[in-house]
Amino acid sequence: MELLFTLLEWLCLLLGSIFLIIGGIGIHRFPDLFTRFHAASITDTLGAGFILLGLMIAAGMTLVTVKLLMILIFIFITSPSSTHALAKAAIHGGLKPKLDDQKDNQEKPS
Amino acid sequence: MYLAVVIAILITMLLALIRAIKGPTLYDRILAANIIGTKTVLIIATMGFLFGRPDFLDIALVYALINFIGVVAVLKYFEYGGFHFSGKPNAKKPEGKD
Repeated sequence: MELLFTLLEWLCLLLGSIFLIIGGIGIHRFPDLFTRFHAASITDTLGAGFILLGLMIAAGMTLVTVKLLMILIFIFITSPSSTHALAKAAIHGGLKPKLDDQKDNQEKPS
Repeated sequence: MYLAVVIAILITMLLALIRAIKGPTLYDRILAANIIGTKTVLIIATMGFLFGRPDFLDIALVYALINFIGVVAVLKYFEYGGFHFSGKPNAKKPEGKD
């Protein structure tokens, strides 16, 4: 039973690390600000969620788990709202999303 | 093994820092700063487990609060051009009513 919890903890931490690095690569490969939000969100939800879940399994039923749960709930509330505020400020600041301009060219058969 | 998680968080922070340096617009830089702030919360929590002192979690909780307030304040500054009241600060009062 001890081994099962240890394995579950390392699995969660490993998945969280993988999602963090995926998000870090994603903010370099996406072409636009409004698509980079996806990559930024995946580090805030899946990456932080899995890492804090792994730490919660490691801590057991103590006060540390309660504090980790409070951090997790707070991140889950504030991360989408700050992303929403950022997108609203970018739209009001005059930044347009990049649209697909290739559609007209593809309709003509070459 | 906690060290591997810390190294992964540091790699992500480095990538976000590169995006903050060469980001084409202002909002890319604010996005990168937001990512670095969230990753700082994670790295404080993980470092507490790495050193065997989970008391660092209080600092992580306070840092999460400060990060959110800071990002929203910077966005309000750049969206409205100041910290003034965002309704109609220069609207005239209707005449006859005082």
